[in-house]
Amino acid sequence: MSRSIDIVQRGLKRRYRAERRFQRLGLAAIVVSLIFLALLFASIVHRGHGALFQTHIQLNVFFDPQILTETDLNAADYSRLVKEALYAMFPAVSGRNEKRNLSGLVSSGAAYQLRDMVLGNRAIIGTHQEIWVPADDDVDMIYKGALARDSGRLSKDQLAWVDQLHSQKKIEKQFNTAFFRSGDSREPELAGIWGAACGSFFTLLVTLALAFPLGVATAVYLEEFAPKNSWTDLIEVNINNLAAVPSIVFGLLGLAVFLNAFGLPRSAPLVGGLVLALMTLPTIIIASRAALQSVPPSIRDAALGVGASRMQMILHHVLPLALPGMLTGTIIGMARALGETAPLLMIGMVAFIVDIPHGFTDPAAVLPVQIYLWADSPERAFVERTAAATLVLLLFLIAMNGAAVVLRKKFERRW
Amino acid sequence: MLKMVSMYTVSTLLLFALSTVPVQADAARDYISIVGSSTVYPFATVVAEQFGKTTSFKTPKIESTGTGGGFKLFCGGVGVEYPDITDASRPIKKSEGDMCAQNGVKEIVEVKIGYDGIVVANAKKAPQLQLSRKDLFLALAKQVPDPAGGEKLVANPYKIWKDVNPALPATKIEVLGPPPTSGTRDAFVELVMEHGAESYPWIKALKKSDEKQFKIISQALREDGAYIEAGENDNLIVQKLEANPSAMGIFGFSYLDQNGEKIQGAKVDGVVPTFEAIANGTYPVSRPLFFYVKKAHVGKIPGLAEYVKAFASDKAWGPEGYLADKGLIPMPDAERQKMAEAAVQMKPIAIGQLK
Repeated sequence: MSRSIDIVQRGLKRRYRAERRFQRLGLAAIVVSLIFLALLFASIVHRGHGALFQTHIQLNVFFDPQILTETDLNAADYSRLVKEALYAMFPAVSGRNEKRNLSGLVSSGAAYQLRDMVLGNRAIIGTHQEIWVPADDDVDMIYKGALARDSGRLSKDQLAWVDQLHSQKKIEKQFNTAFFRSGDSREPELAGIWGAACGSFFTLLVTLALAFPLGVATAVYLEEFAPKNSWTDLIEVNINNLAAVPSIVFGLLGLAVFLNAFGLPRSAPLVGGLVLALMTLPTIIIASRAALQSVPPSIRDAALGVGASRMQMILHHVLPLALPGMLTGTIIGMARALGETAPLLMIGMVAFIVDIPHGFTDPAAVLPVQIYLWADSPERAFVERTAAATLVLLLFLIAMNGAAVVLRKKFERRW
Repeated sequence: MLKMVSMYTVSTLLLFALSTVPVQADAARDYISIVGSSTVYPFATVVAEQFGKTTSFKTPKIESTGTGGGFKLFCGGVGVEYPDITDASRPIKKSEGDMCAQNGVKEIVEVKIGYDGIVVANAKKAPQLQLSRKDLFLALAKQVPDPAGGEKLVANPYKIWKDVNPALPATKIEVLGPPPTSGTRDAFVELVMEHGAESYPWIKALKKSDEKQFKIISQALREDGAYIEAGENDNLIVQKLEANPSAMGIFGFSYLDQNGEKIQGAKVDGVVPTFEAIANGTYPVSRPLFFYVKKAHVGKIPGLAEYVKAFASDKAWGPEGYLADKGLIPMPDAERQKMAEAAVQMKPIAIGQLK
């Protein structure tokens, strides 16, 4: 007997060592993945934080009744008001080319800003107003230091004017509200993610409205009612297969069925939502079935034993207990749908869309598509906006996945 | 079982009901739908945005599908579900014209909008190269004439630029460029590779005697790692060039224009790619850009004629216009005026005469 305990004792040290190694290996794996995650976040934050601020220039605009005489104030020449204000600030500037360079300091969006002011309040016609207008993207980049002064994007004159504005405190960085309030634009200083966020919202709403009830109903039927035969096996295999199909395939399906066969409009959140619903359906079904399986049979037996019908048993007892797990699966599926671009490529949602969508059939882009489009734009200022939009998308994803964790922690019951 | 079946039927019906409503709503599309070239996309979007902000019409929707993909959608038929305009970085092909005609798209208006230069660039840290089109052909073609002489082709043996031309530095040949689906690639092959191949008289002679063989020689790019297909994202190529000073990249001029402090364009046949050199035609690698309008949609889709007119105005595509700021090379005055007139009159092209 003592012999075998000796063998154990001799080996004990080695076994403890092996266990520590095993543990450390696991810890190292986590640390490595955390480092990569931190690197990703750091690089995105580092690149994107600049986009939260936008350089603005203060102008003293005279709302000249001479220019704003037209009965149609919508089409008046507002850019001339901006130019006149700039010329008044730099009276020494003369000559066509110099003047053109000078008005290039201010974004073309300034004119629309003035138009909206006039249309909102006609009383300002004939008055002088101090107004902050967005600077052109090149001025913005150089003023922020994201672009070198000698990059050639601004001429020597323009740099001198910017310096002069700086010494007069007429140029400063302000919080970039346009980025959160407007739709896409080809002028980086006017581009925003609100349009894409609305598109994402409508798309996910359609996805949720379709995928959740269908997914839960399927799971309930398969778990609670379906006989165990080769047909249900076949269905199960198919569902598991669908969960592994690459997302682009769902886009092709959407193109063939929803667009070509049903004639639904291209680029609409409705079609995007349908396609993404197909994509998330298997995820939801699988998660819901797992949740139903984790409800102990004793609950069902007890309910049936006191005389509940099967429907009452499911609706009153099983579903409420399984719901947290189902919701968690749904949220994770929706988070995946939120970050998806490939299937949307096929149905025309990868498009330049300026107007903010107001319904399910308005053309719309979604957040990841917006990121993709900006990443491909030549203007330098889009680099930081791409990173900032990525940051916003990541925040949404964290919020959704966080909600899933909280739901699970709060409502899930362990047996 | 029956209950579930009926539930599914109801939900399917619901789905259909949901889907038929928008079909009717879509019957009168009130915005312009544009598809096509990713090269024209940066210009078309600017016009669309200006158009949406300065007129009472909605902002046109623009999808970047590539030139070929654009024609495929555009030529699908006449009706609100098909696009009104397709952008193209090359003229329409005969096959595409035939496809259009087959599907009832009989009247297409061609509008040339200006030029785009294709540059071969590297990082500013590296020396600026002076390349000829023959150098580029020898460096990038899959098969090149035997360096030992004679009318024979061998697999491309060149590893460093110096092998190609003794005047070039001894750096590795490593060129990042567009994939075959890209219009930029088509234009590069036509303007640089074919031209470079023609510098050999016996290959030039092939063009007449055996055009197929000529195409194979001039159009196949290396697959041994010297030419790297870098995808359609030109910003990515710029970043890679910055990280790897020995690499060269092929992309549109507007990216060089925007990243002038990071990268420089190589001289091609002795000419530096600048706005002026491309505009006056001395820089050899430039191509025209187009868009095509479906005439049957004019009057049906609100704002279509106005959009074409806005694009064809000097305010947009003129030498001082806002498209020039974005890197579009304007046409010479006379050509521009002629084009603007044609665009306003909407004179369709003769599909039967396409090549």
